[in-house]
Amino acid sequence: MLSIKNLQAGIDGKQILKGINLEVNAGEVHAIMGPNGSGKSSLASVLAGRETYEVTGGEVIFDGKNLLDLSVEDRAREGLFLAFQYPIEIPGVSNINFLRTALNEIRAYRQEPPMDAKEFLRMTKEKQQLVEFDAKLVNRSLNEGFSGGEKKRNEIFQLAMLEPKLAILDETDSGLDIDALRIVSNGVNKLRSDKNAFVVITHYQRLLEYIVPDFVHVLYNGRIVKSGTKELALELEERGYDWIKEPAYSNS
Amino acid sequence: MENNKSNDILDDYIDKEYEFGFVTDIEMEVAPKGLNEDTIHFISAKKEEPQWLRDWRMKAYHSFLKQPEPTWQNFELPKVDFQAISYYAAPKSGAKYKSLDEVDPALLETFEKLGIPLSEQKLLSGVAVDAVFDSVSVATTFKETLKEHGVIFCSISEAVKEHPELVQKYLGSVVPYSDNLYAALNAAAFSDGSFVYIPKGVRCPMELSTYFRINTQNTGQFERTLIIADEGSYVSYLEGCTAPKRDENQLHAAVVELIALDHAEIKYSTVQNWYPGDKDGKGGIYNFVTKRGVCKGAHAKISWTQVETGSAITWKYPSVILQGDHSSGEFYSVAVTRNKQVADTGTKMFHIGKNTRSRIISKGISAGEGQNTYRGLVQVGSKAENARNFTQCDSLLIGDRCGAHTFPYIESKNNTAMIEHEATTSKIGEDQLFYLNQRGIETEKAVALIVNGYAREVLNQLPMEFAVEAQKLLSISLEGSVG
Repeated sequence: MLSIKNLQAGIDGKQILKGINLEVNAGEVHAIMGPNGSGKSSLASVLAGRETYEVTGGEVIFDGKNLLDLSVEDRAREGLFLAFQYPIEIPGVSNINFLRTALNEIRAYRQEPPMDAKEFLRMTKEKQQLVEFDAKLVNRSLNEGFSGGEKKRNEIFQLAMLEPKLAILDETDSGLDIDALRIVSNGVNKLRSDKNAFVVITHYQRLLEYIVPDFVHVLYNGRIVKSGTKELALELEERGYDWIKEPAYSNS
Repeated sequence: MENNKSNDILDDYIDKEYEFGFVTDIEMEVAPKGLNEDTIHFISAKKEEPQWLRDWRMKAYHSFLKQPEPTWQNFELPKVDFQAISYYAAPKSGAKYKSLDEVDPALLETFEKLGIPLSEQKLLSGVAVDAVFDSVSVATTFKETLKEHGVIFCSISEAVKEHPELVQKYLGSVVPYSDNLYAALNAAAFSDGSFVYIPKGVRCPMELSTYFRINTQNTGQFERTLIIADEGSYVSYLEGCTAPKRDENQLHAAVVELIALDHAEIKYSTVQNWYPGDKDGKGGIYNFVTKRGVCKGAHAKISWTQVETGSAITWKYPSVILQGDHSSGEFYSVAVTRNKQVADTGTKMFHIGKNTRSRIISKGISAGEGQNTYRGLVQVGSKAENARNFTQCDSLLIGDRCGAHTFPYIESKNNTAMIEHEATTSKIGEDQLFYLNQRGIETEKAVALIVNGYAREVLNQLPMEFAVEAQKLLSISLEGSVG
């Protein structure tokens, strides 16, 4: 589904991603871990197409298409979803109106007719229950005055509504208490299928107790320096990140 | 970085065409250019006016000659050559139509193109329309239905003839002819406009609406609207306006007077879409308007709502004189300026009676090189015990070549008054756009969503029939403003 080859990117001439290689297939969950400043969130931003980043090399193939050639909105319409680390507030725009606009834009891109109001409401109710999202928040202004936890849960609700092929969760666990973490993780687990894939970016092993990954990658200094299965996450939890920073473990 | 990006993309877009820029080809009777006593006599004669009105016009003309040009506004006042304008233009086929069958089909077609069907079978249900074309009213719909409720809705020329006692009593009572240069000009040269009277205790059964269309070159439109809501009555009134695209600027100097008696309520909404000029600032309407209402009686209420997207320069302050005890005034405004448009708008709330309330919500949106000024006065008189005001003025900037300015004035002579003022300035951020883009929403739609969200509190005040239109208009007028 997603094939990243030697991806290099930076901001204002400063290189941040220094040659990322990653293969993600349908039905898989990949966790990307690493210390602060290793490039985890930058990878998510570059894949989503944030313009502050300049791609300087490599390629990304998403579902047979050259992802880097697509605009931000077309990447989303192709089925790439980014759950933001810091979701944005948009005053006066209701959550539901926003989602309906987004859903119908995606449908139009796929040459499907707009979803009728009744079907949309039915789907909203179903998904809101599935990911345990507060019905009151559905009609509120988009993220305006939401608590940190509510914003994160809204990201998962949007994920459920838009049904992407590939979801990138950028530190979705940060700032969540244990109950919210459980609800968010349950949501993701319910949405997992053999048709979609998840890339879960996290700083802590804690999230991976709830969302069990098929693969764990360690990002350090702009490169993936180690890959393994979920046991790698436990090892990181125990030993910290210092040992992978040793040159011996670096694959550069 | 963010600004450069917005500007780059802004430059990439070509201008959205002004949708209503067409010209109606119809034979017109146009008065010779220039303003003098003969011009005033000519207009009065055309309208077969009574002597009192002729005298009033003449006094206004002499006041106009003595009025200085204002100097306090936050833009360079263009030199308006009052002698280069024609003050009267009417379709030759006759200005007085007995019924719609007599109206020139070209006129009906014009209004139809503007989305204002006047023929009986196509009428907007629940909305009565007075259609003003250049200097004359061509048709007023649903007159009979309204008559059954005792509601008078007609052109002001007709009201002068049919209801002289009401017109004479109230004309100029809220905006005297000596008020300012443009009010004096209007009083001297006004050619038509709408008149509304709602009798005691009547809730007007439908929305009343006037649609103003400027068509003829080198003319000005000087309409006058007078609305009287008698004790315990209610009316919701809406005006809309468009004009053809022309390279020359055209002057629109209107006067609107509202009178609300005891327990009466007037809701006045404006969706202003005069031709704004091209992207280099060539052409466009100078929209210099005086609008004022008086809550004469206790518990009266006047509410102004305006959505201003057109005009090269918009310059007006719809105001409320809160004379009756417990009366209240409201002002809700969205003003959009893009390219080289200028808006200097706001309101004045004069608290005179006891326990009077006012609420001001102003939302400015500036894009391109547009300049947007909020100017507001809240005045509390010495006898206005327990006056309350709440003011919020927000500015939204798109790109970094536009400007937003706020001039709130507060004068209180009563220490029981409570006056609150809040102001914010924000930008459409790259983060907001990226977030919406990432959900599959393209940038133009994203901007429209953000702007409509920002203006929602004001749009919610519009009658339902027009809220959707206004929302579309906002989106269209900002199309191409950001990448």
